[in-house]
Amino acid sequence: MIHRAKTLARAAELRADFEAAGAVPVETPILQPARTLLDLYGEEIRARAYVTSDALRGEQMLRPDFTVPVVQMHMAHGAEPARYTYSGEVFRRQEHDPDRANEYVQVGYEIFDRTDPASADAEVFSLLSEAVVHLNLRAATGDIGVLMAAVKGLQTTAPRKAALLRHIWRPRRFRALLERYAGRVPVSDERAKLLSGALSDTSIPMVGKRSRREIERRIDALREDATAAPLSAGEVDLLDALLDVRETTPFALERLRDIAVDMPSISLAVSGIEMRADALDRRGVDVEHLAFEASFGRTSMEYYDGFVFGFFSAKRPDLPAVATGGRYDALTHRLGSGAEIPAVGGVLRPGLMLELEAQP
Amino acid sequence: MTVKLGVPSKGRLMEKTFDWFRQRGVLLTRTGSEREYAGAVGGIEGVSLVLLSAGEVPRELAAGRLHFGITGTDLVREKLPLWEQQLQCMQELGFGQADLVMAVPKAWVDVDTLDDLDAVAAAFRTTHGMRLRIATKYHRLVRDYLRHGGVADYALVDSQGATEGTVANETAEAIADITSSGETLRANHLKVLKEEPILKSQATLWRSRMAPVDDQDRNVIKNLIDQLSF
Repeated sequence: MIHRAKTLARAAELRADFEAAGAVPVETPILQPARTLLDLYGEEIRARAYVTSDALRGEQMLRPDFTVPVVQMHMAHGAEPARYTYSGEVFRRQEHDPDRANEYVQVGYEIFDRTDPASADAEVFSLLSEAVVHLNLRAATGDIGVLMAAVKGLQTTAPRKAALLRHIWRPRRFRALLERYAGRVPVSDERAKLLSGALSDTSIPMVGKRSRREIERRIDALREDATAAPLSAGEVDLLDALLDVRETTPFALERLRDIAVDMPSISLAVSGIEMRADALDRRGVDVEHLAFEASFGRTSMEYYDGFVFGFFSAKRPDLPAVATGGRYDALTHRLGSGAEIPAVGGVLRPGLMLELEAQP
Repeated sequence: MTVKLGVPSKGRLMEKTFDWFRQRGVLLTRTGSEREYAGAVGGIEGVSLVLLSAGEVPRELAAGRLHFGITGTDLVREKLPLWEQQLQCMQELGFGQADLVMAVPKAWVDVDTLDDLDAVAAAFRTTHGMRLRIATKYHRLVRDYLRHGGVADYALVDSQGATEGTVANETAEAIADITSSGETLRANHLKVLKEEPILKSQATLWRSRMAPVDDQDRNVIKNLIDQLSF
């Protein structure tokens, strides 16, 4: 058992290191207004965060992470560019695995900078990497941006692309949509009847807030979708090939460049990965052996939309990631009421670091 | 110490439970006035009857204050995470069958599947600036189900009763509730999605893995299990 005092002492050391790297220390309240988090994550967050309430302020959540309050703070009155560090407890509801901590300490480093995303990515990654270097962890990296670029470049309708983009973080639903858009799922009898107009029955009483007009609009959209050409098998194969990329960075880049020949929409994102690899190399990261997995980060928190990474213990695969992070440009837009700024950050878990250090 | 058996204190579920035990030679009876929640057990020694709300049976079993209890699968699965570690399912009793289902207005002719529900939730959020609300008292089960089904942009609203009425009252757009015949749903102009139910439930006899047992209890439990013959 790792003592809390030791964890806090280690957290303070790590934060001091991040301050030495140029970050300003910040504090955020533990109780966060629930509405912001619910707006961002939806009902899912209730399964992951503790909700409490009082009659005056309504629903509050015990801080499930620092990123959201730090972004809010920066968007409200931060100067640019900015580097922040913080340390403190986060709280996560656990309903499936009693061995996972529901309260643990995080130490983070976040960069808000418009000038050079590749080097900001590399800065966060290499700082966290140095902090855990003695633990011989396995690093995994990915890039949600390349997946988004691939979807945006598909030869299909705007509503289909929007639906796929909305579900990048839900691989099962993403797959189901892809199969349907590729024309691989037979249309049900019920749906055929609906499209032919056989189900329009105005005698059914309307109940609830969703109006008849909204229903008609959706039927129109479904009819339009039914006339759209299916996604070509070639495009689906390319997307599958992209999702399957799982190599060391140099080989992954080679694969991605090959795919980009037939899927030019990802070229810019692939160049971005290349520039990041160079920036990582300049910071002394062993890029030759750094793993890149195109699907990495698809099941984590929804706000990452570019570089994503995690550090895992090979000796203790039962443990969650010791360090994680990524780029969240879109989040600053959603929390910035009109303003936005590219941002990237990551967190360490000093409690897990101590636990691994204590391992024989 | 006696072995404690928890039985729902009201209605058909209680009567059917009493019948089920009577057929196996265990006589459960209510004692005192009609309004008093006290009971007695005949036909076997060392067992005492606890009458309580079906919704409280899972918690009492998990706390080890009941050795055996009768309640629905739905309530156990909703209220007890990792229920298998705390409870053992002894026997499904063959009554109290009900499905936990997702239902939407019958007028939503464009919605048959979770795929449709998800698409409608996205459009609803754009149109109304709020998430599509689903009224239920089974928050955990419904959230897990929707996560598994990849549905986004919904919000659960708590409804502890008359859930079918929430749509007409415009406090929810859809519901997830227990239904046996579907009659209440139809009466409220709702229809069940054409998907597997979230859960199939029935009255079930559970045994607590947490309740303390001494040698005497062990004998009683063995006799009870023999007599109930499963």
